[in-house]
Amino acid sequence: MIVRIMGEGQVKLADSHFAELNRLDDELLAELEQGDEPGFRRTLAALLARVREVGEPLPDDVLEPSELILPGPDATLAEVKAMLGDEGLIPGLPG
Amino acid sequence: MSGVMKRMGMIFRAKANKALDRAEDPRETLDYSYQKQLELLQKVRRGVADVATSRKRLELQLNQLQGQSAKLEDQGRKALALGREDLAREALSRRAALQQQVSDLETQHQTLQGEEEKLTLAAQRLQAKVDAFRTKKETIKATYTAAQAQTRIGEAFSGISEEMGDVGLAIQRAEDKTAQLQARAGAIDELLASGALDDPSGMAKDDIAAELDRISGGTDVELELQRMKAELAGGSGASQQAIEGGTEQDAAHRQQTGRPNFDKQ
Repeated sequence: MIVRIMGEGQVKLADSHFAELNRLDDELLAELEQGDEPGFRRTLAALLARVREVGEPLPDDVLEPSELILPGPDATLAEVKAMLGDEGLIPGLPG
Repeated sequence: MSGVMKRMGMIFRAKANKALDRAEDPRETLDYSYQKQLELLQKVRRGVADVATSRKRLELQLNQLQGQSAKLEDQGRKALALGREDLAREALSRRAALQQQVSDLETQHQTLQGEEEKLTLAAQRLQAKVDAFRTKKETIKATYTAAQAQTRIGEAFSGISEEMGDVGLAIQRAEDKTAQLQARAGAIDELLASGALDDPSGMAKDDIAAELDRISGGTDVELELQRMKAELAGGSGASQQAIEGGTEQDAAHRQQTGRPNFDKQ
Protein backbone atom coordinates (compact mmCIF):
# COMPACT_ATOMS: atom_id res chain seq x y z
CA MET A 1 0.00 0.00 0.00
CA ILE A 2 1.24 3.49 -0.80
CA VAL A 3 1.20 6.11 1.93
CA ARG A 4 1.84 9.80 1.43
CA ILE A 5 3.37 11.93 4.17
CA MET A 6 2.24 15.42 3.27
CA GLY A 7 5.12 17.67 2.34
CA GLU A 8 7.58 14.77 2.30
CA GLY A 9 6.63 12.25 -0.33
CA GLN A 10 5.35 8.72 -0.69
CA VAL A 11 6.43 5.41 0.81
CA LYS A 12 5.46 1.87 0.00
CA LEU A 13 4.40 -0.21 2.97
CA ALA A 14 4.11 -3.96 3.28
CA ASP A 15 0.75 -5.22 4.58
CA SER A 16 2.45 -6.89 7.54
CA HIS A 17 3.04 -3.50 9.20
CA PHE A 18 -0.56 -2.38 9.13
CA ALA A 19 -1.68 -3.83 12.47
CA GLU A 20 1.00 -1.89 14.31
CA LEU A 21 0.50 1.32 12.32
CA ASN A 22 -3.24 1.02 12.67
CA ARG A 23 -2.93 1.06 16.46
CA LEU A 24 -0.90 4.28 16.33
CA ASP A 25 -3.31 5.74 13.80
CA ASP A 26 -6.35 4.99 15.97
CA GLU A 27 -4.56 6.45 18.96
CA LEU A 28 -3.85 9.57 16.92
CA LEU A 29 -7.49 9.89 15.98
CA ALA A 30 -8.56 9.53 19.61
CA GLU A 31 -6.13 12.25 20.68
CA LEU A 32 -7.32 14.44 17.86
CA GLU A 33 -10.91 14.06 18.95
CA GLN A 34 -10.06 14.68 22.60
CA GLY A 35 -8.00 17.73 21.71
CA ASP A 36 -4.91 16.29 23.40
CA GLU A 37 -2.24 18.38 21.63
CA PRO A 38 0.90 16.96 23.36
CA GLY A 39 -0.39 13.42 22.92
CA PHE A 40 -1.29 14.13 19.30
CA ARG A 41 2.16 15.50 18.51
CA ARG A 42 3.87 12.60 20.25
CA THR A 43 1.81 9.95 18.47
CA LEU A 44 2.10 11.70 15.11
CA ALA A 45 5.89 11.82 15.47
CA ALA A 46 5.94 8.13 16.45
CA LEU A 47 3.66 7.16 13.56
CA LEU A 48 5.67 9.15 11.00
CA ALA A 49 8.93 7.73 12.32
CA ARG A 50 7.58 4.19 12.08
CA VAL A 51 6.21 4.74 8.56
CA ARG A 52 9.58 6.13 7.43
CA GLU A 53 11.37 3.25 9.14
CA VAL A 54 9.40 0.37 7.68
CA GLY A 55 8.38 2.02 4.40
CA GLU A 56 10.32 2.09 1.20
CA PRO A 57 10.41 5.63 -0.21
CA LEU A 58 9.08 6.10 -3.72
CA PRO A 59 11.25 8.17 -6.09
CA ASP A 60 10.07 11.77 -6.50
CA ASP A 61 9.37 11.33 -10.20
CA VAL A 62 7.02 8.41 -9.59
CA LEU A 63 3.44 9.52 -9.10
CA GLU A 64 1.21 6.80 -7.69
CA PRO A 65 -2.17 7.39 -6.10
CA SER A 66 -1.81 7.22 -2.32
CA GLU A 67 -4.24 5.03 -0.48
CA LEU A 68 -3.45 6.53 2.89
CA ILE A 69 -2.33 10.04 3.75
CA LEU A 70 -0.57 11.30 6.84
CA PRO A 71 -0.20 14.92 7.95
CA GLY A 72 3.32 16.32 7.75
CA PRO A 73 5.55 16.39 10.85
CA ASP A 74 4.82 20.09 11.50
CA ALA A 75 1.05 19.71 11.36
CA THR A 76 -0.75 20.87 14.48
CA LEU A 77 -3.85 19.33 15.99
CA ALA A 78 -5.90 22.32 14.88
CA GLU A 79 -4.65 22.08 11.29
CA VAL A 80 -5.41 18.37 11.04
CA LYS A 81 -8.82 18.93 12.60
CA ALA A 82 -9.49 21.61 10.00
CA MET A 83 -8.39 19.26 7.22
CA LEU A 84 -10.80 16.61 8.42
CA GLY A 85 -13.54 19.14 9.05
CA ASP A 86 -16.17 20.51 6.76
CA GLU A 87 -13.74 22.50 4.68
CA GLY A 88 -11.61 19.44 3.99
CA LEU A 89 -8.09 19.64 2.61
CA ILE A 90 -8.91 22.12 -0.09
CA PRO A 91 -11.13 24.90 1.25
CA GLY A 92 -13.93 26.05 -0.98
CA LEU A 93 -14.57 22.70 -2.57
CA PRO A 94 -17.47 20.52 -1.54
CA GLY A 95 -16.33 17.23 -0.01
CA MET B 1 -7.64 1.46 8.93
CA SER B 2 -10.15 3.85 10.36
CA GLY B 3 -7.93 6.51 11.84
CA VAL B 4 -6.52 9.76 10.57
CA MET B 5 -4.66 8.15 7.67
CA LYS B 6 -7.73 6.59 6.12
CA ARG B 7 -9.93 9.61 6.64
CA MET B 8 -7.39 11.99 5.19
CA GLY B 9 -6.90 9.71 2.23
CA MET B 10 -10.60 9.59 1.49
CA ILE B 11 -11.08 13.32 1.84
CA PHE B 12 -8.00 14.00 -0.20
CA ARG B 13 -9.14 11.81 -3.06
CA ALA B 14 -12.61 13.29 -3.12
CA LYS B 15 -11.24 16.81 -3.02
CA ALA B 16 -8.41 16.21 -5.44
CA ASN B 17 -10.78 14.87 -8.07
CA LYS B 18 -12.92 17.96 -7.86
CA ALA B 19 -9.92 20.25 -7.65
CA LEU B 20 -8.37 18.71 -10.73
CA ASP B 21 -11.35 19.70 -12.81
CA ARG B 22 -11.06 23.31 -11.79
CA ALA B 23 -7.34 23.67 -11.22
CA GLU B 24 -5.36 25.91 -13.46
CA ASP B 25 -3.28 24.29 -16.16
CA PRO B 26 -0.32 22.64 -14.38
CA ARG B 27 1.85 23.45 -17.39
CA GLU B 28 1.39 27.14 -16.70
CA THR B 29 2.22 26.60 -13.04
CA LEU B 30 5.41 24.80 -14.02
CA ASP B 31 6.42 27.60 -16.37
CA TYR B 32 5.71 30.18 -13.69
CA SER B 33 7.76 28.23 -11.19
CA TYR B 34 10.64 28.02 -13.66
CA GLN B 35 10.44 31.77 -14.23
CA LYS B 36 10.67 32.35 -10.49
CA GLN B 37 13.71 30.08 -10.28
CA LEU B 38 15.40 32.00 -13.07
CA GLU B 39 14.75 35.24 -11.22
CA LEU B 40 16.26 33.77 -8.08
CA LEU B 41 19.29 32.63 -10.03
CA GLN B 42 19.63 36.12 -11.44
CA LYS B 43 19.59 37.55 -7.92
CA VAL B 44 22.28 35.16 -6.73
CA ARG B 45 24.42 36.04 -9.74
CA ARG B 46 23.95 39.73 -9.05
CA GLY B 47 25.02 39.01 -5.47
CA VAL B 48 28.21 37.34 -6.71
CA ALA B 49 28.93 40.32 -8.95
CA ASP B 50 28.37 42.78 -6.07
CA VAL B 51 30.71 40.89 -3.77
CA ALA B 52 33.35 40.63 -6.48
CA THR B 53 33.13 44.39 -7.08
CA SER B 54 33.55 45.11 -3.36
CA ARG B 55 36.53 42.77 -3.23
CA LYS B 56 38.22 44.55 -6.13
CA ARG B 57 37.59 47.93 -4.54
CA LEU B 58 39.22 46.68 -1.34
CA GLU B 59 42.23 45.44 -3.31
CA LEU B 60 42.65 48.88 -4.85
CA GLN B 61 42.45 50.53 -1.43
CA LEU B 62 44.95 48.05 -0.04
CA ASN B 63 47.40 48.80 -2.87
CA GLN B 64 46.99 52.51 -2.25
CA LEU B 65 47.58 52.16 1.50
CA GLN B 66 50.56 49.93 0.98
CA GLY B 67 52.02 52.49 -1.44
CA GLN B 68 51.52 55.26 1.10
CA SER B 69 53.03 53.12 3.82
CA ALA B 70 56.12 52.47 1.71
CA LYS B 71 56.35 56.17 0.95
CA LEU B 72 56.20 57.10 4.68
CA GLU B 73 58.89 54.56 5.49
CA ASP B 74 61.09 56.07 2.82
CA GLN B 75 60.42 59.57 4.16
CA GLY B 76 61.29 58.45 7.69
CA ARG B 77 64.58 57.02 6.46
CA LYS B 78 65.45 60.24 4.62
CA ALA B 79 64.49 62.38 7.66
CA LEU B 80 66.82 60.30 9.83
CA ALA B 81 69.62 60.67 7.30
CA LEU B 82 69.13 64.43 7.51
CA GLY B 83 69.20 64.28 11.29
CA ARG B 84 65.52 65.13 11.70
CA GLU B 85 64.50 62.45 14.15
CA ASP B 86 61.25 64.29 14.98
CA LEU B 87 60.18 64.11 11.35
CA ALA B 88 61.21 60.48 11.15
CA ARG B 89 59.11 59.68 14.23
CA GLU B 90 56.09 61.43 12.72
CA ALA B 91 56.45 59.53 9.47
CA LEU B 92 56.76 56.20 11.28
CA SER B 93 53.76 56.82 13.55
CA ARG B 94 51.63 57.69 10.49
CA ARG B 95 52.89 54.54 8.86
CA ALA B 96 51.88 52.49 11.91
CA ALA B 97 48.31 53.87 11.67
CA LEU B 98 48.24 52.97 8.00
CA GLN B 99 49.49 49.46 8.78
CA GLN B 100 46.57 49.02 11.15
CA GLN B 101 44.16 49.99 8.36
CA VAL B 102 45.91 47.64 5.97
CA SER B 103 45.54 44.79 8.43
CA ASP B 104 41.81 45.55 8.89
CA LEU B 105 41.27 45.71 5.16
CA GLU B 106 43.10 42.42 4.68
CA THR B 107 40.72 40.73 7.12
CA GLN B 108 37.74 42.19 5.26
CA HIS B 109 39.25 41.07 1.97
CA GLN B 110 39.57 37.50 3.21
CA THR B 111 35.97 37.50 4.43
CA LEU B 112 34.71 38.84 1.12
CA GLN B 113 36.74 36.29 -0.79
CA GLY B 114 35.16 33.50 1.28
CA GLU B 115 31.68 34.92 0.65
CA GLU B 116 32.36 35.21 -3.03
CA GLU B 117 33.48 31.57 -3.25
CA LYS B 118 30.41 30.41 -1.35
CA LEU B 119 28.08 32.47 -3.51
CA THR B 120 29.74 31.28 -6.70
CA LEU B 121 29.28 27.69 -5.60
CA ALA B 122 25.66 28.38 -4.64
CA ALA B 123 25.03 29.99 -8.03
CA GLN B 124 26.53 26.98 -9.80
CA ARG B 125 24.41 24.57 -7.77
CA LEU B 126 21.31 26.63 -8.34
CA GLN B 127 22.04 26.78 -12.05
CA ALA B 128 22.28 22.97 -12.14
CA LYS B 129 19.01 22.67 -10.24
CA VAL B 130 17.25 25.14 -12.52
CA ASP B 131 18.53 23.24 -15.56
CA ALA B 132 17.31 19.95 -14.11
CA PHE B 133 13.95 21.52 -13.33
CA ARG B 134 13.62 22.80 -16.88
CA THR B 135 14.18 19.30 -18.26
CA LYS B 136 11.75 17.77 -15.80
CA LYS B 137 9.21 20.50 -16.46
CA GLU B 138 9.28 19.84 -20.19
CA THR B 139 8.91 16.10 -19.60
CA ILE B 140 5.97 16.63 -17.27
CA LYS B 141 4.35 19.06 -19.69
CA ALA B 142 4.67 16.59 -22.56
CA THR B 143 3.33 13.76 -20.43
CA TYR B 144 0.46 15.91 -19.23
CA THR B 145 -0.47 16.96 -22.74
CA ALA B 146 -0.40 13.36 -23.91
CA ALA B 147 -2.40 12.17 -20.91
CA GLN B 148 -4.90 14.94 -21.40
CA ALA B 149 -5.39 14.01 -25.03
CA GLN B 150 -5.74 10.34 -24.16
CA THR B 151 -8.19 11.10 -21.39
CA ARG B 152 -10.24 13.22 -23.75
CA ILE B 153 -10.37 10.42 -26.30
CA GLY B 154 -11.52 7.97 -23.67
CA GLU B 155 -14.07 10.35 -22.22
CA ALA B 156 -15.41 11.34 -25.58
CA PHE B 157 -16.21 7.73 -26.43
CA SER B 158 -17.86 6.55 -23.29
CA GLY B 159 -18.16 9.29 -20.70
CA ILE B 160 -16.25 7.15 -18.26
CA SER B 161 -14.74 10.07 -16.35
CA GLU B 162 -17.40 10.08 -13.68
CA GLU B 163 -16.57 6.58 -12.58
CA MET B 164 -12.90 7.33 -12.12
CA GLY B 165 -11.37 6.93 -8.73
CA ASP B 166 -8.35 9.05 -9.56
CA VAL B 167 -6.40 10.58 -12.38
CA GLY B 168 -3.99 7.68 -12.74
CA LEU B 169 -6.86 5.33 -13.25
CA ALA B 170 -8.51 7.76 -15.66
CA ILE B 171 -5.41 7.83 -17.82
CA GLN B 172 -5.04 4.07 -17.60
CA ARG B 173 -8.61 3.51 -18.67
CA ALA B 174 -8.37 6.07 -21.41
CA GLU B 175 -5.29 4.28 -22.71
CA ASP B 176 -7.03 0.91 -22.54
CA LYS B 177 -10.07 2.35 -24.25
CA THR B 178 -7.96 3.88 -27.00
CA ALA B 179 -6.10 0.62 -27.55
CA GLN B 180 -9.38 -1.26 -27.58
CA LEU B 181 -10.88 1.13 -30.09
CA GLN B 182 -7.79 0.92 -32.24
CA ALA B 183 -7.95 -2.87 -32.15
CA ARG B 184 -11.64 -2.77 -32.98
CA ALA B 185 -11.11 -0.33 -35.82
CA GLY B 186 -8.37 -2.62 -37.15
CA ALA B 187 -10.65 -5.65 -36.92
CA ILE B 188 -13.48 -3.83 -38.67
CA ASP B 189 -11.10 -2.78 -41.44
CA GLU B 190 -10.07 -6.38 -41.90
CA LEU B 191 -13.66 -7.62 -41.96
CA LEU B 192 -14.62 -4.98 -44.48
CA ALA B 193 -11.61 -5.81 -46.60
CA SER B 194 -12.46 -9.50 -46.55
CA GLY B 195 -16.04 -8.74 -47.52
CA ALA B 196 -17.39 -10.45 -44.39
CA LEU B 197 -18.87 -7.20 -43.16
CA ASP B 198 -20.76 -4.57 -45.08
CA ASP B 199 -19.57 -1.07 -44.47
CA PRO B 200 -22.56 0.64 -42.85
CA SER B 201 -21.48 3.99 -44.24
CA GLY B 202 -21.23 2.49 -47.72
CA MET B 203 -18.27 4.71 -48.35
CA ALA B 204 -15.69 2.10 -49.26
CA LYS B 205 -18.07 0.30 -51.58
CA ASP B 206 -18.99 3.54 -53.28
CA ASP B 207 -15.38 4.31 -53.96
CA ILE B 208 -14.75 1.00 -55.57
CA ALA B 209 -18.01 0.96 -57.40
CA ALA B 210 -17.24 4.42 -58.74
CA GLU B 211 -13.76 3.32 -59.80
CA LEU B 212 -15.15 0.21 -61.48
CA ASP B 213 -17.85 2.27 -63.15
CA ARG B 214 -15.25 4.73 -64.32
CA ILE B 215 -13.02 2.01 -65.76
CA SER B 216 -15.81 0.00 -67.30
CA GLY B 217 -17.53 3.13 -68.50
CA GLY B 218 -14.31 4.28 -70.10
CA THR B 219 -13.84 0.88 -71.68
CA ASP B 220 -17.39 0.92 -73.00
CA VAL B 221 -16.79 4.27 -74.67
CA GLU B 222 -13.52 2.99 -76.14
CA LEU B 223 -15.22 -0.15 -77.30
CA GLU B 224 -18.00 1.86 -78.83
CA LEU B 225 -15.52 4.15 -80.57
CA GLN B 226 -13.54 1.23 -81.92
CA ARG B 227 -16.70 -0.47 -83.05
CA MET B 228 -17.79 2.66 -84.90
CA LYS B 229 -14.33 3.09 -86.43
CA ALA B 230 -14.37 -0.54 -87.48
CA GLU B 231 -17.76 -0.10 -89.02
CA LEU B 232 -16.55 2.92 -90.95
CA ALA B 233 -13.28 1.33 -92.04
CA GLY B 234 -14.82 -2.11 -92.39
CA GLY B 235 -11.82 -3.59 -90.47
CA SER B 236 -11.94 -6.61 -88.16
CA GLY B 237 -9.13 -6.24 -85.46
CA ALA B 238 -11.00 -3.58 -83.49
CA SER B 239 -12.33 -5.74 -80.65
CA GLN B 240 -8.91 -7.12 -79.75
CA GLN B 241 -7.42 -3.60 -79.72
CA ALA B 242 -10.22 -2.37 -77.51
CA ILE B 243 -9.58 -5.05 -74.91
CA GLU B 244 -5.84 -4.34 -74.91
CA GLY B 245 -6.58 -0.65 -74.60
CA GLY B 246 -8.66 -1.32 -71.50
CA THR B 247 -5.91 -3.40 -69.95
CA GLU B 248 -3.35 -0.70 -70.61
CA GLN B 249 -5.59 1.85 -68.99
CA ASP B 250 -5.95 -0.33 -65.94
CA ALA B 251 -2.19 -0.84 -65.73
CA ALA B 252 -1.63 2.90 -66.07
CA HIS B 253 -4.00 3.51 -63.20
CA ARG B 254 -2.15 1.04 -61.03
CA GLN B 255 1.12 2.77 -61.83
CA GLN B 256 -0.36 6.13 -60.99
CA THR B 257 -1.72 5.15 -57.60
CA GLY B 258 1.18 2.79 -56.86
CA ARG B 259 -1.13 0.03 -55.71
CA PRO B 260 -3.76 -2.33 -57.04
CA ASN B 261 -7.26 -0.96 -57.53
CA PHE B 262 -8.90 -3.17 -54.93
CA ASP B 263 -6.84 -2.33 -51.87
CA LYS B 264 -9.10 0.43 -50.69
CA GLN B 265 -11.11 -1.83 -48.50
